[in-house]
Amino acid sequence: MSRIGVFICHCGENISRTVDVELVASTASQFPGVAFATDYKYMCSDPGQSLIKKAVSEHRLTHVVVAACSPRMHERTFRKAVEQVGLNPFLCEMANIREHCSWVHEDREEATQKAIEIVGMLVERVKKNRVLPTITVPVTKRALVIGGGIAGIQAALDIADAGHQVVLVEREPSIGGHMAQLSETFPTLDCSQCIMTPKMVDLANHPNIIMHTYSEIEQVDGYIGNFQVTIRKKARSVDENKCTGCGICMTKCPQKKIPNIFDRNLGTRTAIYVPFPQAVPNVPVIDRENCTMFKTGKCGVCQKVCGPGAIDFNQQDTLIVEPVGAIVVATGFELYDITEKPKGSPIKGYGEFGHGKIPDVIDGLTFERLASASGPTGGKILRPSDGKEPKQVVFIQCVGSRSREKGISYCSKICCMYTAKHTMLYHHKVHDGQAYVFFMDARVPGKSYDEFWRRAIEEEEAVYIRGMVSRLYQKGDKIVVMGSDISVGVQVEIEADLVVLATAVQPRKGADALAQKLGISYDKYHFYSEAHAKLKPVECATAGIYLAGACQGPKDIPDTVSQASAAAAKVMTLFSKDKLEREPIVARVKENNCVGCFACRKVCAYGAVEEKEIRDRQGNLIKMVAYVNPGVCAGCGTCQATCPSKSVELDGYTDEQIVAMIEAL
Amino acid sequence: MHTEKPKHDFEPKIIAFVCTWCTYAGADLAGTSRMQYPANVRVLKFPCTGRIDPVFIIKAFQQGADGILISGCHPGDCHYISGNYHARRRFAAFRKLLEFIGVDLNRIQFSWVSAAEGGKWVDVVTDLTERVRTMGPMVEFKDLALEEQWSGGLNSPDLQEIYEAM
Ligand SMILES: Cc1cc2nc3c(=O)[nH]c(=O)nc-3n(C[C@H](O)[C@H](O)[C@H](O)COP(=O)(O)OP(=O)(O)OC[C@H]3O[C@@H](n4cnc5c(N)ncnc54)[C@H](O)[C@@H]3O)c2cc1C
Ligand code: SF4
Ligand code: SF4
Repeated sequence: MSRIGVFICHCGENISRTVDVELVASTASQFPGVAFATDYKYMCSDPGQSLIKKAVSEHRLTHVVVAACSPRMHERTFRKAVEQVGLNPFLCEMANIREHCSWVHEDREEATQKAIEIVGMLVERVKKNRVLPTITVPVTKRALVIGGGIAGIQAALDIADAGHQVVLVEREPSIGGHMAQLSETFPTLDCSQCIMTPKMVDLANHPNIIMHTYSEIEQVDGYIGNFQVTIRKKARSVDENKCTGCGICMTKCPQKKIPNIFDRNLGTRTAIYVPFPQAVPNVPVIDRENCTMFKTGKCGVCQKVCGPGAIDFNQQDTLIVEPVGAIVVATGFELYDITEKPKGSPIKGYGEFGHGKIPDVIDGLTFERLASASGPTGGKILRPSDGKEPKQVVFIQCVGSRSREKGISYCSKICCMYTAKHTMLYHHKVHDGQAYVFFMDARVPGKSYDEFWRRAIEEEEAVYIRGMVSRLYQKGDKIVVMGSDISVGVQVEIEADLVVLATAVQPRKGADALAQKLGISYDKYHFYSEAHAKLKPVECATAGIYLAGACQGPKDIPDTVSQASAAAAKVMTLFSKDKLEREPIVARVKENNCVGCFACRKVCAYGAVEEKEIRDRQGNLIKMVAYVNPGVCAGCGTCQATCPSKSVELDGYTDEQIVAMIEAL
Repeated sequence: MHTEKPKHDFEPKIIAFVCTWCTYAGADLAGTSRMQYPANVRVLKFPCTGRIDPVFIIKAFQQGADGILISGCHPGDCHYISGNYHARRRFAAFRKLLEFIGVDLNRIQFSWVSAAEGGKWVDVVTDLTERVRTMGPMVEFKDLALEEQWSGGLNSPDLQEIYEAM
């Protein structure tokens, strides 16, 4: 016989203003099985929790229903409270009479009636709740970091410094990400390379870090504390262990005219190359598409000149399996490219800006390469078409961003600041030049950010024009910029030598494919989703996977680094225990019932359903049944609704519990 | 501002089967944003729409529900990767069955309401309540349920009659 305690919260006045809480309590006390019911001003407060605990002991309560706010808010609080007085936490349920009742209805009578019914449903449900044991799983104290931009580097260093092994996987031949491409960085204008490269070297030399560059994630199995990750190490055609990084191969390679992607195609590179001089590891890779040896079978110059004999044209991709307990995803972002109208991209193209056909219309990252001392122009601002120094430069913000018509409604967050930075860098390098900026508004919150932006205008003489640009076209060697200045309501036309577009920050192409391998969710743009926008900003909803950097949304370096360190801290928290507990909301198979059709296995997105042999005492096989691995099961219950023989049950959401609620109506 | 609510002759019972991650959270958001909607809906929380067994719908109709709402994460946003796709397929088939046995499909609403769509939750619930209100009570399943739970013991005459007829 159950002895249920019902506790109705006033939530100050948030509930009691529209719901007659005393009436709910007195009605609930009459429900069959209810041994005690009361109301209180703040159930979640310390005295409120004590009241519950005392009642459990005094009235020998077997189950508890707390009618208050959403269980998403305080279910844990109350389950912990009852646990302290010896009740299994899963014998406590919450009835949501605030978000789902008092806040959304005005009529007191209706709201009170609804609250009574909600409480009634939960009372019937809790009667069917079972004691659920905590599930413990072992933890492999090694972490995987995907992506070697500043986010991945920071997270890896933090975790490794704490004494744990880290496996870092970077898709490109070198780590560094976008930050390696930047010239100087806002808000302090220190040189990006100077602050970045020491970290890259630290990472490469760290005894706790295994770095796999030119590698990708092939497959992810397992679950929190126990992932098995298969990594594809792409064939570099250069033996990393033999190469000394002397670089002679690159000087002799006959293929010299390949556009250098790292320099945004402004310069060229050879077929055997390192993406940039400070690359880590400093080991070249052969671009097989452009290599004469791979194309014609003749050449091999690099092999002939390589002293240590590191060149290996026959190298194959290799697969490595790494066991890890936690994963940090730090795959960063991409800029929207106006030269293409990308398939599947939400942006509708930029015909009015010439679709990238005008050579002197470039994007912000290309400008970074022009301004970079180690870039293709040695840090001189020279325009791509004729190498002349531009005297009038127009910067256009929000290209793609904040435009529902163009398909990206979010703000890319970093471009206001980097455009201000660009105007300054330009002014420092071309003293007689003039920078114009078309902007909608300046979004520059952040420490020292507003001051920085003002400096661009007040000291560095950038002219900011509030308005949009409707068209760009080539006229002689000028680019005509047609726009409007909405602050004075006039049309503006500027003949520019160079136009720099602050194009939208987008997730990586293929971000969705990686998410599917990892089993994490993403938003409609394909940025990865955190578990809670405010309170769980670095955790994925999938346990054991954390996010860092621009893969989760547009971010500048300070935010990226903070999030990376936060993700590392979460990993270290996880690694501070040898075993971990997880919510026991998992599916269980009733083996006597199971007919072994494995319909459940087909629908389980986590691969949690395994095959199990049932044998008699003599060891003869009787039948095969489904077995749900409680470490892997995420607790969605799809298998249960699918099973034709009703042999799977999701603890916490059994048919009995659900039907009890329906019948209470 | 307190507007007088119109009283209706018939207040339909609406049962909503929702997933925790999206629609339940969306309904919470409607609450935190203090949006208003009819009090007819009772919400049953599931981890995922994938857990929702069509039998629950029949059961709810038997218990006197006049309208039913099933709502979860938008396609592609399922917290459990693909539970909502399985649910969608399952309910597409189940709708056909309901139609075949003569249930007016206007009583059942399927929708996607994300955790960010408090307003959509309000709209969906309001529309369904108003629609079902004009349709009147759903009695067929309730009556059947009553018939199934005959009053007498195992050997009542009415039962005997049914046995003989079979
Ligand atoms: C023009 C421009 C100027 C900027 N200027 C500044 C500035 O002055 N100050 C400032 O604070 N911020 C600035 N930023 C922002 C800064 O670049 C970002 O904050 C930072 O680079 C984000 O780091 P990240 O590691 O998250 O991403 P990324 O730098 O994009 O690094 C991600 C890494 O992951 C790798 N990767 C991607 N996918 C995979 C995969 N599937 N498997 C393995 N590896 C993968 C990539 O190759 C890359 O190395 C600027 C950005 C731009 C575009
Ligand atoms: S950060 Fe500035 S430039 Fe970039 S999208 Fe936002 S408002 Fe536009
Ligand atoms: S509850 Fe979901 S995750 Fe668990 S075994 Fe069933 S289908 Fe798989």
